[in-house]
Amino acid sequence: MKMERPQARLLPKAPTGIAGLDEITEGGLPRGRPTLICGGPGCGKTLLAAEFLIRGATQFKEPGVLITFEETGEELAQNVRSLGFDLDALVQEQKIAIDYIRVERSEIAETGEYDLEGLFLRLGLAIDSVGAKRIVLDTIESLFSGFDNQAVLRSELRRLFRYLKDRGVTAVITGERGDGSLTRQGLEEYVSDCVILLDHRVTEQTSTRRMRIVKYRGTTHGTNEYPFLIDEKGFSVLPLSGLQLDHAVSDERVSSGVPALDEMLDGKGYYRGSSVLVSGTAGTGKTSLAAHFAQESARRGERCLYLAFEESPQQLMRNMRTIGVDLEPHVKKGTLRLHSSRPTLHGLEMHLVQVHNMVSEFDPAAVVIDPISNFIDNSTAIEAQAMLLRLVDFLKAKQITGLFTHLTSGSAALEATDIGISSLIDTWLLLRDIEIGNARSKGLYVLKSRGMPHARDIRQFLLSPRGIELKPVTGKSGKVKRKK
Amino acid sequence: MTPSNGTSSEKWNLRLYTAGQSPKSLAALDNLKRMCEQHLAGRYTIEVVDLLKNPRLAKDDQIVAIPTLVRKLPEPLRRIVGDLSDTERALVGMQLKQQK
Repeated sequence: MKMERPQARLLPKAPTGIAGLDEITEGGLPRGRPTLICGGPGCGKTLLAAEFLIRGATQFKEPGVLITFEETGEELAQNVRSLGFDLDALVQEQKIAIDYIRVERSEIAETGEYDLEGLFLRLGLAIDSVGAKRIVLDTIESLFSGFDNQAVLRSELRRLFRYLKDRGVTAVITGERGDGSLTRQGLEEYVSDCVILLDHRVTEQTSTRRMRIVKYRGTTHGTNEYPFLIDEKGFSVLPLSGLQLDHAVSDERVSSGVPALDEMLDGKGYYRGSSVLVSGTAGTGKTSLAAHFAQESARRGERCLYLAFEESPQQLMRNMRTIGVDLEPHVKKGTLRLHSSRPTLHGLEMHLVQVHNMVSEFDPAAVVIDPISNFIDNSTAIEAQAMLLRLVDFLKAKQITGLFTHLTSGSAALEATDIGISSLIDTWLLLRDIEIGNARSKGLYVLKSRGMPHARDIRQFLLSPRGIELKPVTGKSGKVKRKK
Repeated sequence: MTPSNGTSSEKWNLRLYTAGQSPKSLAALDNLKRMCEQHLAGRYTIEVVDLLKNPRLAKDDQIVAIPTLVRKLPEPLRRIVGDLSDTERALVGMQLKQQK
Protein backbone atom coordinates (compact mmCIF):
# COMPACT_ATOMS: atom_id res chain seq x y z
CA MET A 1 0.00 0.00 0.00
CA LYS A 2 1.17 3.42 -0.88
CA MET A 3 1.00 6.05 1.77
CA GLU A 4 -1.20 9.00 0.90
CA ARG A 5 0.17 12.39 1.71
CA PRO A 6 -2.73 14.77 1.49
CA GLN A 7 -0.61 17.86 1.93
CA ALA A 8 1.57 16.93 -1.02
CA ARG A 9 -0.74 18.41 -3.64
CA LEU A 10 -4.34 19.09 -4.28
CA LEU A 11 -6.33 16.54 -6.17
CA PRO A 12 -6.78 17.67 -9.76
CA LYS A 13 -10.43 18.02 -10.69
CA ALA A 14 -12.45 18.06 -13.87
CA PRO A 15 -15.16 20.74 -13.72
CA THR A 16 -18.65 19.56 -14.58
CA GLY A 17 -19.96 22.95 -15.63
CA ILE A 18 -23.20 22.03 -13.92
CA ALA A 19 -24.58 24.89 -11.86
CA GLY A 20 -23.91 24.24 -8.20
CA LEU A 21 -22.23 20.87 -8.55
CA ASP A 22 -18.78 22.34 -8.96
CA GLU A 23 -19.32 24.35 -5.81
CA ILE A 24 -20.23 21.40 -3.63
CA THR A 25 -17.47 19.24 -5.06
CA GLU A 26 -15.09 22.17 -4.75
CA GLY A 27 -14.05 22.10 -8.35
CA GLY A 28 -15.57 19.08 -10.03
CA LEU A 29 -15.01 15.34 -10.27
CA PRO A 30 -11.64 13.71 -9.65
CA ARG A 31 -9.66 14.12 -12.86
CA GLY A 32 -8.48 10.93 -14.48
CA ARG A 33 -10.44 8.79 -12.07
CA PRO A 34 -13.80 7.11 -12.00
CA THR A 35 -16.83 8.58 -10.23
CA LEU A 36 -19.90 6.54 -9.44
CA ILE A 37 -23.32 8.13 -9.73
CA CYS A 38 -26.01 5.98 -8.25
CA GLY A 39 -29.69 6.21 -7.43
CA GLY A 40 -33.06 4.66 -8.03
CA PRO A 41 -34.84 4.51 -11.36
CA GLY A 42 -35.71 7.92 -12.74
CA CYS A 43 -33.42 9.81 -10.40
CA GLY A 44 -31.58 11.50 -13.25
CA LYS A 45 -28.25 9.67 -13.24
CA THR A 46 -28.09 9.23 -16.99
CA LEU A 47 -28.88 12.87 -17.57
CA LEU A 48 -26.29 13.99 -15.06
CA ALA A 49 -23.66 11.78 -16.66
CA ALA A 50 -24.59 12.96 -20.15
CA GLU A 51 -24.49 16.59 -19.12
CA PHE A 52 -21.06 16.12 -17.60
CA LEU A 53 -19.89 14.78 -20.92
CA ILE A 54 -21.58 17.39 -23.08
CA ARG A 55 -20.42 20.32 -21.00
CA GLY A 56 -16.94 18.85 -21.01
CA ALA A 57 -16.95 18.82 -24.78
CA THR A 58 -18.55 22.23 -25.22
CA GLN A 59 -17.19 24.28 -22.34
CA PHE A 60 -13.89 22.71 -21.37
CA LYS A 61 -12.56 21.43 -24.69
CA GLU A 62 -12.52 17.89 -23.31
CA PRO A 63 -13.96 15.46 -25.84
CA GLY A 64 -15.89 12.57 -24.41
CA VAL A 65 -17.09 9.05 -24.99
CA LEU A 66 -20.52 7.84 -24.12
CA ILE A 67 -20.86 4.12 -23.69
CA THR A 68 -24.47 3.26 -23.26
CA PHE A 69 -25.72 -0.17 -22.34
CA GLU A 70 -29.40 0.56 -22.04
CA GLU A 71 -30.40 3.17 -24.54
CA THR A 72 -29.37 3.50 -28.12
CA GLY A 73 -27.45 6.60 -29.05
CA GLU A 74 -30.56 7.89 -30.75
CA GLU A 75 -32.74 7.51 -27.69
CA LEU A 76 -30.16 9.24 -25.58
CA ALA A 77 -29.80 12.10 -28.03
CA GLN A 78 -33.53 12.53 -27.83
CA ASN A 79 -33.49 12.60 -24.06
CA VAL A 80 -30.79 15.21 -23.78
CA ARG A 81 -32.39 17.30 -26.50
CA SER A 82 -35.13 18.07 -24.00
CA LEU A 83 -32.42 19.70 -21.90
CA GLY A 84 -31.29 21.83 -24.78
CA PHE A 85 -28.25 19.81 -25.85
CA ASP A 86 -27.58 18.73 -29.38
CA LEU A 87 -25.77 15.45 -29.06
CA ASP A 88 -25.91 14.67 -32.77
CA ALA A 89 -24.07 17.86 -33.63
CA LEU A 90 -21.34 17.04 -31.12
CA VAL A 91 -20.95 13.61 -32.64
CA GLN A 92 -20.71 15.20 -36.08
CA GLU A 93 -18.04 17.59 -34.85
CA GLN A 94 -16.14 14.64 -33.39
CA LYS A 95 -16.35 16.02 -29.91
CA ILE A 96 -18.30 13.07 -28.60
CA ALA A 97 -18.29 9.44 -29.62
CA ILE A 98 -21.16 7.14 -28.74
CA ASP A 99 -21.13 3.37 -28.61
CA TYR A 100 -24.25 1.48 -27.72
CA ILE A 101 -23.28 -1.87 -26.28
CA ARG A 102 -26.11 -4.32 -26.38
CA VAL A 103 -25.92 -7.47 -24.35
CA GLU A 104 -28.91 -9.67 -24.68
CA ARG A 105 -29.14 -12.63 -22.47
CA SER A 106 -31.34 -14.62 -24.79
CA GLU A 107 -28.83 -14.61 -27.63
CA ILE A 108 -25.81 -15.72 -25.73
CA ALA A 109 -24.76 -19.17 -24.64
CA GLU A 110 -21.66 -19.54 -22.51
CA THR A 111 -19.27 -22.37 -23.12
CA GLY A 112 -16.09 -22.20 -21.16
CA GLU A 113 -13.55 -19.47 -20.66
CA TYR A 114 -13.90 -15.92 -21.95
CA ASP A 115 -13.06 -12.35 -21.10
CA LEU A 116 -14.46 -8.97 -22.08
CA GLU A 117 -11.65 -7.96 -24.38
CA GLY A 118 -14.22 -6.91 -26.94
CA LEU A 119 -15.47 -4.26 -24.54
CA PHE A 120 -11.95 -2.97 -23.96
CA LEU A 121 -11.29 -2.79 -27.67
CA ARG A 122 -14.45 -0.82 -28.19
CA LEU A 123 -13.63 1.59 -25.37
CA GLY A 124 -10.15 2.07 -26.72
CA LEU A 125 -11.43 2.68 -30.21
CA ALA A 126 -14.01 5.19 -29.02
CA ILE A 127 -11.50 7.03 -26.81
CA ASP A 128 -8.96 7.25 -29.61
CA SER A 129 -11.50 8.33 -32.19
CA VAL A 130 -12.13 11.68 -30.49
CA GLY A 131 -9.11 11.92 -28.20
CA ALA A 132 -11.46 11.61 -25.23
CA LYS A 133 -10.66 13.03 -21.83
CA ARG A 134 -13.98 11.99 -20.36
CA ILE A 135 -16.03 8.84 -20.54
CA VAL A 136 -19.45 7.80 -19.31
CA LEU A 137 -20.50 4.19 -18.83
CA ASP A 138 -24.27 4.02 -18.48
CA THR A 139 -24.90 1.64 -16.89
CA ILE A 140 -22.24 -0.99 -16.70
CA GLU A 141 -24.39 -3.16 -14.49
CA SER A 142 -26.25 -4.32 -17.56
CA LEU A 143 -23.30 -6.63 -18.15
CA PHE A 144 -24.40 -8.59 -15.12
CA SER A 145 -27.67 -9.48 -16.72
CA GLY A 146 -25.95 -10.41 -19.96
CA PHE A 147 -23.37 -12.83 -18.61
CA ASP A 148 -23.50 -15.67 -16.15
CA ASN A 149 -19.99 -15.92 -14.95
CA GLN A 150 -19.80 -13.55 -12.01
CA ALA A 151 -16.15 -14.29 -11.34
CA VAL A 152 -15.16 -13.27 -14.85
CA LEU A 153 -17.31 -10.16 -14.70
CA ARG A 154 -15.87 -9.01 -11.42
CA SER A 155 -12.28 -9.49 -12.40
CA GLU A 156 -12.97 -7.79 -15.73
CA LEU A 157 -14.62 -4.86 -13.98
CA ARG A 158 -11.57 -4.46 -11.82
CA ARG A 159 -9.43 -4.55 -14.93
CA LEU A 160 -11.75 -2.02 -16.57
CA PHE A 161 -11.33 0.56 -13.84
CA ARG A 162 -7.60 0.09 -13.89
CA TYR A 163 -7.66 0.51 -17.65
CA LEU A 164 -9.65 3.75 -17.41
CA LYS A 165 -7.20 5.15 -14.88
CA ASP A 166 -4.29 4.15 -17.10
CA ARG A 167 -5.88 5.91 -20.03
CA GLY A 168 -6.22 8.96 -17.80
CA VAL A 169 -9.85 9.60 -18.62
CA THR A 170 -12.24 11.11 -16.12
CA ALA A 171 -14.95 8.49 -15.94
CA VAL A 172 -18.52 8.57 -14.75
CA ILE A 173 -20.15 5.24 -14.05
CA THR A 174 -23.84 5.05 -13.30
CA GLY A 175 -25.42 2.38 -11.20
CA GLU A 176 -28.89 1.49 -10.04
CA ARG A 177 -29.51 1.66 -6.35
CA GLY A 178 -29.78 -1.75 -4.71
CA ASP A 179 -31.40 -3.05 -1.57
CA GLY A 180 -29.32 -1.93 1.35
CA SER A 181 -26.37 -1.10 -0.87
CA LEU A 182 -25.53 1.81 -3.13
CA THR A 183 -25.66 -0.27 -6.28
CA ARG A 184 -27.10 -3.66 -7.08
CA GLN A 185 -23.81 -5.17 -8.09
CA GLY A 186 -21.68 -3.42 -5.50
CA LEU A 187 -19.93 -1.17 -8.00
CA GLU A 188 -18.90 1.08 -5.14
CA GLU A 189 -16.39 -1.61 -4.33
CA TYR A 190 -14.51 -0.77 -7.53
CA VAL A 191 -14.98 2.96 -7.63
CA SER A 192 -13.42 4.27 -4.51
CA ASP A 193 -12.65 7.83 -5.46
CA CYS A 194 -15.96 9.59 -5.64
CA VAL A 195 -19.51 8.41 -5.11
CA ILE A 196 -22.56 10.63 -5.66
CA LEU A 197 -26.02 9.49 -4.67
CA LEU A 198 -29.13 10.89 -6.31
CA ASP A 199 -32.51 10.61 -4.78
CA HIS A 200 -35.99 11.31 -5.98
CA ARG A 201 -38.60 11.21 -3.29
CA VAL A 202 -42.20 12.12 -3.05
CA THR A 203 -43.66 13.49 0.14
CA GLU A 204 -47.31 14.40 0.22
CA GLN A 205 -47.58 14.32 -3.56
CA THR A 206 -44.72 16.69 -4.14
CA SER A 207 -41.48 15.44 -5.49
CA THR A 208 -38.05 16.60 -4.55
CA ARG A 209 -34.75 15.59 -6.03
CA ARG A 210 -31.72 15.55 -3.84
CA MET A 211 -28.07 14.85 -4.25
CA ARG A 212 -25.48 13.79 -1.74
CA ILE A 213 -21.78 13.20 -2.07
CA VAL A 214 -21.32 9.94 -0.25
CA LYS A 215 -17.59 10.02 -0.53
CA TYR A 216 -14.88 11.91 -2.26
CA ARG A 217 -11.46 10.66 -1.43
CA GLY A 218 -8.68 13.10 -0.81
CA THR A 219 -10.73 16.25 -0.80
CA THR A 220 -13.19 18.16 1.25
CA HIS A 221 -16.72 18.44 -0.06
CA GLY A 222 -20.16 19.45 1.05
CA THR A 223 -21.80 16.65 2.99
CA ASN A 224 -25.39 17.79 3.03
CA GLU A 225 -28.20 16.64 0.87
CA TYR A 226 -28.51 19.23 -1.84
CA PRO A 227 -31.71 19.79 -3.72
CA PHE A 228 -31.40 19.74 -7.46
CA LEU A 229 -33.59 20.46 -10.40
CA ILE A 230 -33.76 19.13 -13.92
CA ASP A 231 -35.34 21.62 -16.25
CA GLU A 232 -35.05 22.69 -19.86
CA LYS A 233 -31.59 24.03 -19.19
CA GLY A 234 -30.29 20.86 -17.68
CA PHE A 235 -29.18 20.12 -14.16
CA SER A 236 -28.82 22.62 -11.39
CA VAL A 237 -27.82 21.86 -7.87
CA LEU A 238 -28.46 24.32 -5.14
CA PRO A 239 -25.31 24.79 -3.17
CA LEU A 240 -26.28 25.67 0.32
CA SER A 241 -23.09 27.46 0.87
CA GLY A 242 -22.97 30.99 2.04
CA LEU A 243 -24.60 30.17 5.33
CA GLN A 244 -22.27 32.69 6.78
CA LEU A 245 -22.78 36.19 7.92
CA ASP A 246 -20.03 37.68 5.88
CA HIS A 247 -21.85 39.29 2.99
CA ALA A 248 -21.07 42.85 2.11
CA VAL A 249 -23.53 45.37 3.48
CA SER A 250 -24.68 48.47 1.79
CA ASP A 251 -25.42 51.89 3.25
CA GLU A 252 -27.49 52.70 0.23
CA ARG A 253 -31.19 53.09 0.73
CA VAL A 254 -34.00 52.17 -1.62
CA SER A 255 -37.48 53.60 -1.53
CA SER A 256 -40.37 51.40 -0.47
CA GLY A 257 -42.47 53.04 -3.15
CA VAL A 258 -44.66 54.65 -0.51
CA PRO A 259 -43.28 58.08 0.50
CA ALA A 260 -45.11 58.01 3.81
CA LEU A 261 -43.53 54.67 4.63
CA ASP A 262 -40.08 55.88 3.67
CA GLU A 263 -40.67 58.69 6.07
CA MET A 264 -41.36 56.18 8.86
CA LEU A 265 -38.09 54.46 7.99
CA ASP A 266 -35.77 57.32 8.81
CA GLY A 267 -37.05 59.20 5.78
CA LYS A 268 -35.13 57.00 3.35
CA GLY A 269 -36.72 53.59 3.01
CA TYR A 270 -35.13 50.14 3.16
CA TYR A 271 -31.44 49.34 3.01
CA ARG A 272 -30.34 47.93 -0.29
CA GLY A 273 -29.73 44.22 0.05
CA SER A 274 -31.79 43.91 3.20
CA SER A 275 -34.70 41.57 3.72
CA VAL A 276 -38.13 42.98 4.38
CA LEU A 277 -41.04 41.06 5.79
CA VAL A 278 -44.59 42.33 5.48
CA SER A 279 -46.94 40.30 7.59
CA GLY A 280 -50.59 40.63 8.25
CA THR A 281 -53.96 38.96 8.16
CA ALA A 282 -55.89 38.45 4.96
CA GLY A 283 -56.85 41.54 3.01
CA THR A 284 -54.72 44.01 4.93
CA GLY A 285 -52.77 45.24 1.92
CA LYS A 286 -49.62 43.17 1.83
CA THR A 287 -49.67 42.68 -1.91
CA SER A 288 -50.34 46.38 -2.44
CA LEU A 289 -47.28 47.25 -0.43
CA ALA A 290 -45.22 44.73 -2.37
CA ALA A 291 -46.47 46.06 -5.69
CA HIS A 292 -45.53 49.62 -4.73
CA PHE A 293 -42.05 48.45 -3.99
CA ALA A 294 -41.79 46.52 -7.25
CA GLN A 295 -43.05 49.46 -9.25
CA GLU A 296 -40.63 51.83 -7.55
CA SER A 297 -37.72 49.51 -8.29
CA ALA A 298 -38.64 49.24 -11.92
CA ARG A 299 -39.18 52.96 -12.16
CA ARG A 300 -35.61 53.52 -11.04
CA GLY A 301 -34.58 51.20 -13.86
CA GLU A 302 -33.59 48.38 -11.51
CA ARG A 303 -34.82 44.95 -12.41
CA CYS A 304 -37.32 43.39 -10.08
CA LEU A 305 -38.47 39.79 -9.95
CA TYR A 306 -41.97 39.38 -8.57
CA LEU A 307 -42.99 35.85 -7.64
CA ALA A 308 -46.72 35.60 -7.11
CA PHE A 309 -48.00 32.43 -5.55
CA GLU A 310 -51.64 33.39 -5.31
CA GLU A 311 -52.43 35.41 -8.38
CA SER A 312 -51.69 35.22 -12.06
CA PRO A 313 -49.68 38.10 -13.53
CA GLN A 314 -52.79 39.39 -15.32
CA GLN A 315 -54.86 39.34 -12.19
CA LEU A 316 -52.16 41.02 -10.19
CA MET A 317 -51.74 43.77 -12.76
CA ARG A 318 -55.48 44.36 -12.95
CA ASN A 319 -55.90 44.53 -9.21
CA MET A 320 -52.97 46.83 -8.70
CA ARG A 321 -54.22 49.20 -11.36
CA THR A 322 -57.23 49.91 -9.14
CA ILE A 323 -54.90 51.41 -6.56
CA GLY A 324 -52.94 53.39 -9.05
CA VAL A 325 -50.04 50.99 -9.50
CA ASP A 326 -49.54 50.19 -13.15
CA LEU A 327 -47.08 47.36 -13.50
CA GLU A 328 -47.71 46.57 -17.12
CA PRO A 329 -45.36 49.13 -18.75
CA HIS A 330 -42.51 47.86 -16.60
CA VAL A 331 -43.27 44.28 -17.52
CA LYS A 332 -43.26 45.29 -21.18
CA LYS A 333 -40.02 47.15 -20.76
CA GLY A 334 -38.46 44.13 -19.14
CA THR A 335 -37.52 45.77 -15.86
CA LEU A 336 -40.20 43.85 -14.02
CA ARG A 337 -40.77 40.15 -14.34
CA LEU A 338 -43.90 38.62 -12.91
CA HIS A 339 -43.85 34.91 -12.35
CA SER A 340 -46.77 32.96 -11.00
CA SER A 341 -46.94 29.38 -9.92
CA ARG A 342 -48.87 27.30 -7.49
CA PRO A 343 -46.72 26.57 -4.49
CA THR A 344 -47.97 23.03 -4.24
CA LEU A 345 -46.68 22.17 -7.69
CA HIS A 346 -43.21 21.71 -6.41
CA GLY A 347 -41.52 20.80 -3.22
CA LEU A 348 -39.90 23.47 -1.16
CA GLU A 349 -36.45 22.86 -2.56
CA MET A 350 -37.69 23.00 -6.08
CA HIS A 351 -38.99 26.47 -5.42
CA LEU A 352 -35.71 27.44 -3.98
CA VAL A 353 -33.79 26.09 -6.93
CA GLN A 354 -36.22 27.78 -9.25
CA VAL A 355 -35.85 31.11 -7.51
CA HIS A 356 -32.12 30.58 -7.59
CA ASN A 357 -32.15 29.96 -11.32
CA MET A 358 -34.45 32.83 -12.11
CA VAL A 359 -32.38 35.21 -10.04
CA SER A 360 -29.17 34.04 -11.68
CA GLU A 361 -30.66 34.50 -15.10
CA PHE A 362 -32.57 37.76 -14.62
CA ASP A 363 -30.09 39.36 -12.25
CA PRO A 364 -32.60 41.56 -10.44
CA ALA A 365 -31.88 44.23 -7.85
CA ALA A 366 -35.03 43.32 -5.96
CA VAL A 367 -37.05 40.18 -5.43
CA VAL A 368 -40.61 40.02 -4.14
CA ILE A 369 -42.11 36.79 -2.93
CA ASP A 370 -45.83 37.10 -2.40
CA PRO A 371 -46.62 35.36 -0.20
CA ILE A 372 -43.90 33.36 1.37
CA SER A 373 -46.35 31.69 3.72
CA ASN A 374 -47.91 29.66 0.96
CA PHE A 375 -45.14 27.32 0.45
CA ILE A 376 -44.26 27.26 4.03
CA ASP A 377 -47.62 25.72 4.69
CA ASN A 378 -46.62 22.79 2.57
CA SER A 379 -43.72 21.74 4.67
CA THR A 380 -42.57 21.22 8.15
CA ALA A 381 -41.47 24.18 10.21
CA ILE A 382 -37.85 23.11 10.29
CA GLU A 383 -37.68 22.65 6.54
CA ALA A 384 -39.37 25.98 5.98
CA GLN A 385 -37.01 27.80 8.25
CA ALA A 386 -33.96 26.23 6.67
CA MET A 387 -35.24 27.12 3.26
CA LEU A 388 -35.91 30.74 4.16
CA LEU A 389 -32.52 31.01 5.70
CA ARG A 390 -30.97 29.82 2.46
CA LEU A 391 -33.08 32.14 0.41
CA VAL A 392 -32.35 35.19 2.53
CA ASP A 393 -28.66 34.40 2.56
CA PHE A 394 -28.61 33.86 -1.15
CA LEU A 395 -30.27 37.19 -1.85
CA LYS A 396 -28.09 39.01 0.63
CA ALA A 397 -24.95 37.59 -0.84
CA LYS A 398 -26.02 39.05 -4.16
CA GLN A 399 -27.01 42.40 -2.60
CA ILE A 400 -30.59 41.90 -3.69
CA THR A 401 -33.30 43.56 -1.67
CA GLY A 402 -35.86 40.93 -0.78
CA LEU A 403 -39.44 41.67 0.15
CA PHE A 404 -41.56 38.82 1.45
CA THR A 405 -45.19 38.96 2.38
CA HIS A 406 -46.53 36.65 4.98
CA LEU A 407 -50.11 35.83 5.75
CA THR A 408 -50.76 35.43 9.43
CA SER A 409 -53.84 33.63 10.52
CA GLY A 410 -56.18 35.51 12.77
CA SER A 411 -55.74 33.18 15.66
CA ALA A 412 -51.97 33.21 15.83
CA ALA A 413 -50.20 35.83 17.83
CA LEU A 414 -49.06 38.41 15.32
CA GLU A 415 -45.60 39.03 16.55
CA ALA A 416 -44.78 35.42 17.12
CA THR A 417 -43.69 34.84 13.62
CA ASP A 418 -44.82 31.77 12.69
CA ILE A 419 -41.76 30.59 10.97
CA GLY A 420 -39.30 31.93 13.40
CA ILE A 421 -37.53 33.91 10.74
CA SER A 422 -37.56 37.15 12.64
CA SER A 423 -33.83 36.92 13.15
CA LEU A 424 -33.29 36.80 9.40
CA ILE A 425 -35.38 39.83 8.69
CA ASP A 426 -33.99 43.34 8.76
CA THR A 427 -37.16 45.33 8.37
CA TRP A 428 -40.43 43.96 9.54
CA LEU A 429 -43.71 45.67 8.77
CA LEU A 430 -46.92 44.62 10.37
CA LEU A 431 -50.35 45.22 8.93
CA ARG A 432 -53.37 44.70 11.13
CA ASP A 433 -56.88 45.71 11.89
CA ILE A 434 -57.23 48.61 14.26
CA GLU A 435 -60.13 50.51 15.70
CA ILE A 436 -60.37 54.23 15.33
CA GLY A 437 -63.30 55.58 17.18
CA ASN A 438 -65.98 53.13 16.39
CA ALA A 439 -64.71 52.29 12.97
CA ARG A 440 -62.53 49.44 11.96
CA SER A 441 -59.56 50.32 9.89
CA LYS A 442 -56.21 49.04 8.82
CA GLY A 443 -53.02 49.99 10.52
CA LEU A 444 -49.35 49.63 9.74
CA TYR A 445 -46.42 49.80 12.01
CA VAL A 446 -42.74 49.06 11.89
CA LEU A 447 -42.05 46.22 14.25
CA LYS A 448 -38.36 46.49 13.69
CA SER A 449 -35.92 47.94 11.24
CA ARG A 450 -32.28 47.27 11.82
CA GLY A 451 -29.75 50.01 11.61
CA MET A 452 -32.06 52.98 11.48
CA PRO A 453 -34.25 55.04 13.75
CA HIS A 454 -37.79 54.29 12.72
CA ALA A 455 -41.26 55.43 13.65
CA ARG A 456 -42.77 53.57 16.58
CA ASP A 457 -46.38 54.52 16.17
CA ILE A 458 -49.18 52.84 14.28
CA ARG A 459 -50.31 54.63 11.15
CA GLN A 460 -53.64 54.27 9.55
CA PHE A 461 -53.23 52.43 6.28
CA LEU A 462 -55.49 53.59 3.47
CA LEU A 463 -55.79 52.31 -0.07
CA SER A 464 -57.01 54.80 -2.65
CA PRO A 465 -56.89 54.96 -6.44
CA ARG A 466 -53.72 56.98 -5.95
CA GLY A 467 -52.02 54.25 -3.96
CA ILE A 468 -51.21 53.70 -0.33
CA GLU A 469 -51.63 56.51 2.16
CA LEU A 470 -50.51 56.45 5.74
CA LYS A 471 -52.06 58.75 8.33
CA PRO A 472 -51.06 59.29 11.90
CA VAL A 473 -53.63 57.92 14.28
CA THR A 474 -54.71 60.68 16.65
CA GLY A 475 -56.54 60.62 19.88
CA LYS A 476 -56.85 58.09 22.64
CA SER A 477 -59.19 55.94 20.67
CA GLY A 478 -56.49 54.73 18.35
CA LYS A 479 -55.81 51.51 20.04
CA VAL A 480 -54.84 48.22 18.73
CA LYS A 481 -57.43 45.55 18.75
CA ARG A 482 -55.61 42.64 20.28
CA LYS A 483 -56.58 39.23 19.27
CA LYS A 484 -55.94 36.53 21.74
CA MET B 1 -28.11 -37.68 -30.64
CA THR B 2 -30.76 -35.71 -32.51
CA PRO B 3 -29.44 -33.08 -34.88
CA SER B 4 -31.80 -30.14 -34.84
CA ASN B 5 -30.51 -28.59 -37.98
CA GLY B 6 -32.71 -29.19 -40.98
CA THR B 7 -31.40 -31.08 -43.95
CA SER B 8 -27.94 -32.53 -43.95
CA SER B 9 -27.02 -30.52 -47.03
CA GLU B 10 -27.51 -27.20 -45.29
CA LYS B 11 -24.47 -24.90 -45.37
CA TRP B 12 -23.05 -23.66 -42.10
CA ASN B 13 -21.44 -20.27 -41.97
CA LEU B 14 -19.58 -19.61 -38.74
CA ARG B 15 -17.57 -16.62 -37.60
CA LEU B 16 -15.23 -16.66 -34.65
CA TYR B 17 -14.16 -13.38 -33.08
CA THR B 18 -10.78 -13.51 -31.36
CA ALA B 19 -8.22 -11.13 -29.96
CA GLY B 20 -4.84 -12.08 -31.35
CA GLN B 21 -3.28 -15.37 -30.42
CA SER B 22 -4.57 -15.55 -26.87
CA PRO B 23 -4.81 -19.05 -25.34
CA LYS B 24 -8.60 -18.71 -25.13
CA SER B 25 -8.84 -17.74 -28.78
CA LEU B 26 -6.62 -20.62 -29.89
CA ALA B 27 -8.54 -23.07 -27.75
CA ALA B 28 -11.82 -21.85 -29.17
CA LEU B 29 -10.64 -22.34 -32.75
CA ASP B 30 -9.37 -25.85 -31.99
CA ASN B 31 -12.59 -26.83 -30.28
CA LEU B 32 -14.69 -25.36 -33.06
CA LYS B 33 -12.81 -27.20 -35.80
CA ARG B 34 -13.14 -30.47 -33.93
CA MET B 35 -16.89 -30.11 -33.46
CA CYS B 36 -17.45 -29.11 -37.05
CA GLU B 37 -15.46 -32.02 -38.39
CA GLN B 38 -17.52 -34.33 -36.22
CA HIS B 39 -20.95 -32.97 -37.00
CA LEU B 40 -20.74 -30.83 -40.12
CA ALA B 41 -17.98 -32.40 -42.17
CA GLY B 42 -17.81 -30.90 -45.63
CA ARG B 43 -20.53 -28.29 -45.26
CA TYR B 44 -19.15 -25.57 -43.05
CA THR B 45 -17.00 -22.49 -43.35
CA ILE B 46 -15.19 -20.84 -40.45
CA GLU B 47 -14.16 -17.22 -40.68
CA VAL B 48 -11.82 -15.98 -37.96
CA VAL B 49 -12.00 -12.26 -37.18
CA ASP B 50 -9.09 -10.91 -35.18
CA LEU B 51 -10.44 -7.85 -33.40
CA LEU B 52 -6.97 -6.66 -32.47
CA LYS B 53 -6.42 -6.09 -36.17
CA ASN B 54 -9.89 -4.82 -36.81
CA PRO B 55 -11.37 -3.35 -33.64
CA ARG B 56 -14.12 -1.52 -35.52
CA LEU B 57 -15.83 -4.83 -36.16
CA ALA B 58 -16.34 -5.27 -32.42
CA LYS B 59 -18.65 -2.27 -32.54
CA ASP B 60 -20.30 -3.14 -35.82
CA ASP B 61 -21.04 -6.72 -34.80
CA GLN B 62 -21.84 -6.01 -31.12
CA ILE B 63 -19.03 -8.09 -29.67
CA VAL B 64 -18.24 -7.71 -25.98
CA ALA B 65 -16.86 -11.02 -24.84
CA ILE B 66 -13.97 -12.81 -26.48
CA PRO B 67 -13.93 -15.39 -27.90
CA THR B 68 -17.41 -15.15 -29.38
CA LEU B 69 -18.72 -17.54 -32.01
CA VAL B 70 -21.52 -16.30 -34.24
CA ARG B 71 -23.58 -18.72 -36.30
CA LYS B 72 -24.52 -16.64 -39.30
CA LEU B 73 -26.08 -19.50 -41.24
CA PRO B 74 -28.33 -21.34 -40.89
CA GLU B 75 -30.57 -18.67 -39.47
CA PRO B 76 -31.46 -17.55 -36.85
CA LEU B 77 -28.24 -15.94 -35.75
CA ARG B 78 -26.76 -17.47 -32.62
CA ARG B 79 -24.01 -16.21 -30.36
CA ILE B 80 -21.86 -18.42 -28.22
CA VAL B 81 -19.42 -16.96 -25.77
CA GLY B 82 -16.35 -18.76 -24.46
CA ASP B 83 -13.56 -21.05 -25.64
CA LEU B 84 -16.07 -23.84 -26.45
CA SER B 85 -14.33 -26.19 -24.03
CA ASP B 86 -17.72 -27.23 -22.71
CA THR B 87 -18.57 -29.31 -25.77
CA GLU B 88 -22.01 -30.26 -24.61
CA ARG B 89 -23.10 -26.63 -24.10
CA ALA B 90 -21.38 -25.56 -27.27
CA LEU B 91 -23.32 -28.09 -29.34
CA VAL B 92 -26.57 -27.06 -27.69
CA GLY B 93 -25.70 -23.42 -28.23
CA MET B 94 -25.03 -24.00 -31.91
CA GLN B 95 -28.19 -26.06 -32.04
CA LEU B 96 -26.33 -29.07 -33.28
CA LYS B 97 -27.87 -30.85 -30.38
CA GLN B 98 -31.02 -30.39 -28.38
CA GLN B 99 -30.95 -29.60 -24.69
CA LYS B 100 -31.47 -32.68 -22.58
